[in-house]
Amino acid sequence: MISIREHRIYPNRYQDSVALMALSAALAKLPGIQTASVVMGTGTNLDNLREAGLGEVDAGPGDLVVAVLGEEQAVARALELAEELLAEQSPGDAGTGTVAARQLRSLRQAVEENPAHNLALISVPGAYAAAEALKALRLGLNVMIFSDNVPLDQEIEIKRFAEEQDLLVMGPDCGTAIVNGLPLGFANVVRRGRIGVVGASGTGMQEITCRVHQLGEGISQALGTGGHDLSAQVGAVSMLRGLRALAADEATDVIVLVSKPPAETVAKSVIEEARTLDVPVVICFLGADPAAFGGDTPGVHFATTLAGSADAAVALARGEARPEDRAVALTGGETQPGDPVVALAQGQDRAGEPYFDRVRFAPAQRYLRGVLTGGTFCYETQLLARAAGIQAASNTPVAGNSALGDVGTSTGHTILDLGDDAFTQGRPHPMIDPAPRDERLLAEADDPATAVVLFDVVLGYGAADDPISGLLDAIGQAKARAEREGRALAFVGHVCGTDDDPQDRSAVVARLREAGALVAENNAQAAVIAARMIP
Amino acid sequence: MWSEHLDVVNVGLAGFGDNIRHAGGSVTTLDWRPPAEGDPAAALALARLVRHPEVERANQVAFERYLSAQPVLTDVAPAGEAIPGMAGERLILHSGPPIAWERMAGPVKGAIAGAIVFEGWAPDPERAAELAASGAVSFSPAHHYGAVGPMAGVISPSMPVWVVRDATSGNLAYSNFNEGLGKVLRFGANGPEVLDRLKWMGDELAGALRPAVRRLDGLELKPLIGQALHMGDEVHNRNAAATGLLLKRLLPALIATEPANAVLRRAAEFITGNDHFFLNVSMAACKAMLDAAAGVPHSSMVTAMARNGVNFGIRVSGTGDRWFQAPANPVDGLFFPGYGVADAAPDLGDSAITETAGLGGFAMAASPAIVKFVGGTPADATAHSRRMREITIGSNPVFTLPALDFGASAAGIDVRAVADTGIQPVINTGIAHREAGVGQIGAGVTTAPLPCFTQAVSALAEGLAAGEVA
Repeated sequence: MISIREHRIYPNRYQDSVALMALSAALAKLPGIQTASVVMGTGTNLDNLREAGLGEVDAGPGDLVVAVLGEEQAVARALELAEELLAEQSPGDAGTGTVAARQLRSLRQAVEENPAHNLALISVPGAYAAAEALKALRLGLNVMIFSDNVPLDQEIEIKRFAEEQDLLVMGPDCGTAIVNGLPLGFANVVRRGRIGVVGASGTGMQEITCRVHQLGEGISQALGTGGHDLSAQVGAVSMLRGLRALAADEATDVIVLVSKPPAETVAKSVIEEARTLDVPVVICFLGADPAAFGGDTPGVHFATTLAGSADAAVALARGEARPEDRAVALTGGETQPGDPVVALAQGQDRAGEPYFDRVRFAPAQRYLRGVLTGGTFCYETQLLARAAGIQAASNTPVAGNSALGDVGTSTGHTILDLGDDAFTQGRPHPMIDPAPRDERLLAEADDPATAVVLFDVVLGYGAADDPISGLLDAIGQAKARAEREGRALAFVGHVCGTDDDPQDRSAVVARLREAGALVAENNAQAAVIAARMIP
Repeated sequence: MWSEHLDVVNVGLAGFGDNIRHAGGSVTTLDWRPPAEGDPAAALALARLVRHPEVERANQVAFERYLSAQPVLTDVAPAGEAIPGMAGERLILHSGPPIAWERMAGPVKGAIAGAIVFEGWAPDPERAAELAASGAVSFSPAHHYGAVGPMAGVISPSMPVWVVRDATSGNLAYSNFNEGLGKVLRFGANGPEVLDRLKWMGDELAGALRPAVRRLDGLELKPLIGQALHMGDEVHNRNAAATGLLLKRLLPALIATEPANAVLRRAAEFITGNDHFFLNVSMAACKAMLDAAAGVPHSSMVTAMARNGVNFGIRVSGTGDRWFQAPANPVDGLFFPGYGVADAAPDLGDSAITETAGLGGFAMAASPAIVKFVGGTPADATAHSRRMREITIGSNPVFTLPALDFGASAAGIDVRAVADTGIQPVINTGIAHREAGVGQIGAGVTTAPLPCFTQAVSALAEGLAAGEVA
């Protein structure tokens, strides 16, 4: 069969990236199609089309391009299908004779239409995000910028302007927030309560808010700052503002701050600010040494894991003693009878033997392979694995770990952040479409050197409706193959979410356990169990 | 913020809006697309202008000047006499932004050649073209002389013009006389019948109308236009009612000047035989209103939209005499029998001054008679007028549209709003044959191209940045 390539340009027609990727996927699925891509005609996208063998396309950034490569009839079918799907997605084209509703294309129009608007949630491509944020601020709105790849100088301009206007900016690159009980971006359904969170890390905040909910407390506000806020250049403008705002909020009794390690001067200014407040603050700067910041004081409490910071906040809110962080204790120490981790493992094991002592790995099986969708989960896992003596490679290595040369091939212990740019160019984040994670998990499991496969599942608004069907298939296939080859595999994971999430955490956990996975209570626990299972 | 009800504008992924709604929140999801034609630098420049206090203040001033302008028809005179700077010059005005002879469209070249012969600077159109190419004749946009003309918009010193005075500012604006349909100079025809008609218009018609117009002692044009809007005109592609209203005022004055019967008969026949006779008066009135709004530093209000047959150009109050140009968009039109898209010249003429002033395509709702140009139903026409409200500073209470419950017509195009929403100003237009002299072959709707507005936004942003440094 001879392949042909063809493209159609829809001038001045915009679709968001999720819709575009869904269209691309629908066309690519047609029989006889080798490659199909539906993109906006930006320079980068046109380059990608050329590299993908889809030819030269002359389009502008405002034009929508449908490009397909395949058998002649299939190409015609694909272009037809694209036409149909695009027609369905075009709310602006009301039929002749009908009075179309007002088309709101700009923030200005939306604010004119309804002056009660008070927050803009911005998830447009990064090149345009700063402009939309600036408009929102100029129109008097608070802003959350979900978009990433916003130039740092633009982030600084936005945040300085917001300070002048006395408005809040969350992001850029802010994946999650819960404001007045409403989920913004990726967020879980948690009860409202007295613990406030300000975080520079999306999945870190999700983990903390979910654990607070699981422990029976609730969240007053969870404010994201974006991943660059605590850099020296930005200077934690958003975190400091969030911290002060929560300190002044009567509904907030305890504040949790979470971030990967900030620039040192920035960390100090945040901690100094926290020490001046009347409200107790739990600080989780993952990978930073609390001693370097003067350690705990009556008002400021340091935590080293995400789960541990939630535990500390709940204890503070209840006026109880803060529990020991067992994940941290276990990275080096012996297990004790009655230890929750051991108890959990035993619960998995019908023979009554702790899970991580039971799996009989073949001699060649020596490595930990982590396929994580949460960036902070990857980070925390690496830190805890390091503490347990495991030096790993990663596409996003922590200090002491090594960078993976080819992100497509794991070597030795490898812990991957599959949500990193290296894996998400032109495709959805694995929290939205977990298929690439499932494929990678299967590939890791097929490696005869792999002993333990570590994974996460993130639930909540924004995440995939069905996050685990593919995962369960992959685990099933991997186990069957390993068995045939005389290997034993351990699958260890955790589910970030709540029972109130649309996907229902309990149901997800039950299905995973049924498939033979060890499901820990939280990421830190999963990391420690996985690390300790390595022979 | 915590005490307020959260009301979200969702800009980007539609799913996030659905989630907020599902969780019980209030959310508006925008029908977003990349602003400023997808140029990130221009999008950022635009963002910095949104609600900018200097721009808002300037727009208030400019728009107020536009609203308070009082265009009054005061005189008829030869262009060389009426328009300062034209007397004794070998100067020919044309429509749209500046353009060199070599690059001019067929109909414009034809019209200019005709005008040169009409002036007696050359014996025939061929030698007129040679003269034009030689550089011995100067060309300028009519807009640079306070004048406007439909299609080729050619005005030479001996041609008669309408003189419209803005009673508020004292500014003068001019337009040539409408020749009717068929073989006419404004579509590039330059044969003997065209030139003979021009000669008659300059001598007899203008000679008769001049004392009549003066006798009216200032005919207020805004009320006349407002009335025509209530009679089914949008005063650009349909001027049937306005022409009648003008005639109703002119005729008694004309008779009172006691012209010869034959002259009166020919004048009356000519005017009543041309439903577009008022178009040029409407254009001069619009030009007067918009010139009143020109030159307010930092204002983002559009004061002219015009096409030269190659490029579409706009001028903006806050950027002085600069033109922001882009290739004209195609016309979505209906053609006379025997003609099609391949025959059409690119969009042409200064008549988009009517849309700039809130008439024409902006007032489409007023004109059910010509809705077939915009989709076929009165609802399509009202949708056009409603949509234009998204890109204007305000609306003109003198120009009300019955079909919109007598709502005021959108006016004062804001380049920021166009660049931000991608909603392009809609323009009703005639379609010229691309060869000189064939004439009008259809009519339809086109839009002002976005790059003009994006460029203007960038220029305003630069101006503000420079002002802030100084």
